[in-house]
Amino acid sequence: MDEKMIIASRVARELKSGMLVNLGIGLPTLVAQLLPDDLAVDFQSENGLIGLEPLPFEGLADDDLIDAGGRLVSASAGAAAFDSAMSFGLIRGGHMDVTVLGGLEVDENGHLANWMVPGKMVPGMGGAMDLVAGAKRVIVAMTHTAKGAPKVVPTCTLPITSSRRIDLVVTEMAVIEPTDEGLVLRETAPGVSVADVLAATSARLVVPETVGVMPI
Amino acid sequence: MTKLIELSDVVEKIPNGASLMIGGFLAVGAPLRLISEIERQGKRDLTIIVNDTNRAGKGVGKLIAAKAVRKVIASHVGTNSDTQKQLLAGEIEVELVPQGTLAERMRAGGVGLGGFLTPTGVGTLVEEGKPVIEVDGRSYLLEKPLRADFALVSAAQADHRGNLVYALTARNFNPLMAMAADTVIAEPHLIVPVGCLPPDSVVTPGAVVDYLVAREPHHG
Repeated sequence: MDEKMIIASRVARELKSGMLVNLGIGLPTLVAQLLPDDLAVDFQSENGLIGLEPLPFEGLADDDLIDAGGRLVSASAGAAAFDSAMSFGLIRGGHMDVTVLGGLEVDENGHLANWMVPGKMVPGMGGAMDLVAGAKRVIVAMTHTAKGAPKVVPTCTLPITSSRRIDLVVTEMAVIEPTDEGLVLRETAPGVSVADVLAATSARLVVPETVGVMPI
Repeated sequence: MTKLIELSDVVEKIPNGASLMIGGFLAVGAPLRLISEIERQGKRDLTIIVNDTNRAGKGVGKLIAAKAVRKVIASHVGTNSDTQKQLLAGEIEVELVPQGTLAERMRAGGVGLGGFLTPTGVGTLVEEGKPVIEVDGRSYLLEKPLRADFALVSAAQADHRGNLVYALTARNFNPLMAMAADTVIAEPHLIVPVGCLPPDSVVTPGAVVDYLVAREPHHG
């Protein structure tokens, strides 16, 4: 399993039937493919749909139906379409159970940075600031390091996405939970030791007596 | 009475320097014929209010490539390499607005509200220059309404009164923009006779729509 599949399959275990879930562009969208068949999760797309599904067959695409990353998708039976104000009303209004977002950095305060690198890359926040501010639970799905540099850091060096503390970080090496006591190391990936995680992390991690093994 | 107008005639009404809300999420629900005609007529110094600038040279990206745009107000410009280049070179002004705040600022502009309080952006760069107001122990940013000289919207269907119906994710910002501009130009995929649209299916009432772009003639 490559690192993205490890992350996505661990995140998939956080989703339960009946939840309304928004998956960010990129790595998080992999999560939808890894859900067990008997799990009934409603996926929301911020461009105006609840009931997002992959295209069942090539050639069935509707030009008016894409996900937030621009991929042609399908709408499930019982899907609902709405405008952008309603879409973000759902997001800010506490109706979204979980959002899964990519990340550039997460720090000891549980702050996420994921929308710009000043002077280098300014894509913009899209819906990320609203999602972090408004979703009941925010899960960050990201690789543990970028070109060898830790992404779990003492304080974000990049502009943060929200002052809200995110709920869980899932990487290919570990599951980390931001708490009042700091970043708690909950799980390590199979074959990865606590020492490996600490070596790849510049933030201070709280290591409990028992650290679980990531079920993937 | 119909609101029908030829594409070139309606675009001639847009002066250089105008502010335009342009519907669409990437190219879905974008008024692509209006955008192409604005480029063809060589408009300059435009301010565009959009969710995104699509991809380089495509859809609204044509206006960026043609350097027709002075300022962009958008939530995301990462999918268009031209916008990135012009932004990093200081050739274009970009105001980034969180997507939900962008939608709600348009809504406020269209429905006569003086602004709204949102938790989105508190404690981030978005907070700069904005009043932070506490309500029942939670902090919010005061965000102001947004309006434009023109709204260019795409719709699945219109009747000749200008009533608009949208399809799936092509709805996005279009109904909000249709409320928030001095002049509203709709580009429907199909125009049907008055009486054909069930009143309950109409999302944008024709009362706010000024012009309907005539369909391209099809021969054979």
